[in-house]
Amino acid sequence: MDYLLIQMLNGVQLGLLMFLLAAGLTLTFGIMDLVNLAHGSLYMMGAYLAWTLIGVTDSFFLGALLALPATFLLGVVVEAVVMRRLYARDHLDQVLATFGLILFFNELVRAVWGPAGKSIAVPAFLAHTVEILPGVLYPAYRFAIIVVGALVALFLAWLVARTRLGMLIRAGASNRRMIAALGVNIELLFSLVFGLGAVFAGLAGLMAAPISSVKIGMGDDILILAFVIIVIGGIGSIKGAFVAAMVVGQIDIVGRAFLPDFLKTFMSSAAASSAAPAISQVLVYVLMAGVLVWRPTGLFGQRT
Amino acid sequence: MKSKLFGPATIAAMATLGMGSLPAMAQSPIKVGFVSTFSGPQAAIGEDMRRSVELAKEHLGGKMGGKPFEIIYEDDTFKPDVGKARSEKLVLQDKVNFIAGYIWSNVLLASLKTVTDEGDTILISANAGPSQIAGELCNKNFFSTSWNNDQTPMAMGEYLNTKGVKSLYLVGPNYAAGKDMLAGVRRTYKGTIVNEDFTKWPDQIDFSAELAKIAAAKPDGIFIFYPGAHGVQFVKQWAQAGLNKTVPLYQVFSIDAITLPQQGDLALGTLGAQEWVNDLPNEQNKRYVADFKKKHNVYPSYYGAQSYDAIMLMASAADALKGDLSNKDKVRAELKKANFKSLRGDFKYNTNQFPIQNFYIQEAVKDSGGMMTVKTIATAVKDAKDPYYEKCPMK
Repeated sequence: MDYLLIQMLNGVQLGLLMFLLAAGLTLTFGIMDLVNLAHGSLYMMGAYLAWTLIGVTDSFFLGALLALPATFLLGVVVEAVVMRRLYARDHLDQVLATFGLILFFNELVRAVWGPAGKSIAVPAFLAHTVEILPGVLYPAYRFAIIVVGALVALFLAWLVARTRLGMLIRAGASNRRMIAALGVNIELLFSLVFGLGAVFAGLAGLMAAPISSVKIGMGDDILILAFVIIVIGGIGSIKGAFVAAMVVGQIDIVGRAFLPDFLKTFMSSAAASSAAPAISQVLVYVLMAGVLVWRPTGLFGQRT
Repeated sequence: MKSKLFGPATIAAMATLGMGSLPAMAQSPIKVGFVSTFSGPQAAIGEDMRRSVELAKEHLGGKMGGKPFEIIYEDDTFKPDVGKARSEKLVLQDKVNFIAGYIWSNVLLASLKTVTDEGDTILISANAGPSQIAGELCNKNFFSTSWNNDQTPMAMGEYLNTKGVKSLYLVGPNYAAGKDMLAGVRRTYKGTIVNEDFTKWPDQIDFSAELAKIAAAKPDGIFIFYPGAHGVQFVKQWAQAGLNKTVPLYQVFSIDAITLPQQGDLALGTLGAQEWVNDLPNEQNKRYVADFKKKHNVYPSYYGAQSYDAIMLMASAADALKGDLSNKDKVRAELKKANFKSLRGDFKYNTNQFPIQNFYIQEAVKDSGGMMTVKTIATAVKDAKDPYYEKCPMK
């Protein structure tokens, strides 16, 4: 039972990280109608900026805190310089241009931080375990990711449901042209939304850094999964992204923790270990296909 | 150089020796290709190898068999397809005399045929030792200055038997070397193997699910194989999960001179097996380690030592043949003698051209200056042969 709980927490932790990435993606796709492949680059830049700022301030907390406005600024600049020119173009042009951005950011990182990759240490105040239930230990840092991820999710829920900005975001997701026609400053709104998305991507990147490594292209691997999540959840829907990220997180953990042992009952252990992650990966796409058949606009997508 | 090449002395020498020996006399340098990982998260390993190759070149005075030699480094970017393409370039375009390097078994397996068969070029692996090449895929053009993958974990298994570790949980990455390593420890370890997990390679660096399973299984020990950056992550996460207080970690290739600066105190006291340790008491090793430390302020790793040996092995053949590498049968015959001062001490080649050698148990400690390193605490096995050589058709 304890074991099950720990594995579920691992799934929640992974899901929350992916939610942070997917939240920005779903907002830009849903509201700005922009396919941004370079969202993974913002995730990477968040981690690299945090690495530098942690080195400068000599504190994980301060460095991470400073990295957030830095990624926001980066997002706003990228939006103003590149993205603004792409809104009127079709999706294929956007894919091409943002793919170019991925290459640009990867080379930028190679030039500035070198090819070798960096590592961020788990901060000392979180480098221990917490007893979540009597006798059940869980790494404090991972627990902190869950707490921060949950707080961000609550903040977003509040922002979208209760504020004027949230109202505009929701309106933008259902009918972009109408809110522009109503005299809303759409440029400012887009800037803010893109910057916000960049902050969440950066936050995900810097929180993932101590349990993975800071390397070139680190966001590219996880980006595909983030796209799957926003399609399952419904493009433009924060609630959908959250639910889908949680489900995908659990599927991933099931694939790693339970499926291998189940498969080992009737195949060799090496075969079972290579089949299990493949099956769990396929499961994610099967889920996506199922959702699309049942609800073509995703679980919480706007029906047109 | 050019004016010297065709100076009076050269012309006189050519006249006395006759035109037949013209190709051998032309002072074209010996070319060595070196394939390793020089970018991405595993670049630290490639850098350690490059430093050792350069040190070998320095110790040789830049010459093999009386000829200058140049080294062309190629980056496999940690990917088998790129490694193959780079190897192909070295063979076809640069026309190198030897290719050495190769950290990763999957990169080596992808590149092998291109170099040894299609290119008829001699390949000296300075690290990777997949079971296939030790067995049925053995090749007259392939030599190793490292080991077969199974051997190091086999040595660890022997030691765990003598230490009385009753049960073991095995974890490793799901690729050629990971499978060999876990198979290796299974071969010799006599206690109970509680479970065995393979993780996705190379993109999985989050081991939370596996560590939770280990915590639930409560084994006497964990055995891991996670080279380079992955080893750093595993050790950190093992400690974060609190398992460092309950389940000891036994490892191969996961705690070394490359990873220790990042693992730090978390690795203190962990045991591993290796065929070379920086404190092996032979003269050539003392010189190598001292010069390396003086230059770079860090300890060299076995990756570096094996790369140094690869260059010295080539040099031994080139010296014996006075720099004439045109007859490949002669070159292979010389290489097979392993007539050089290896950093691990002398070894002989088996029929599959893998070394017959000792393996040691090493412990992670702090040196007198407070720097993390490993020291030898026992000899695990002596004159060990790999378990595949009988499958190799070469005799």
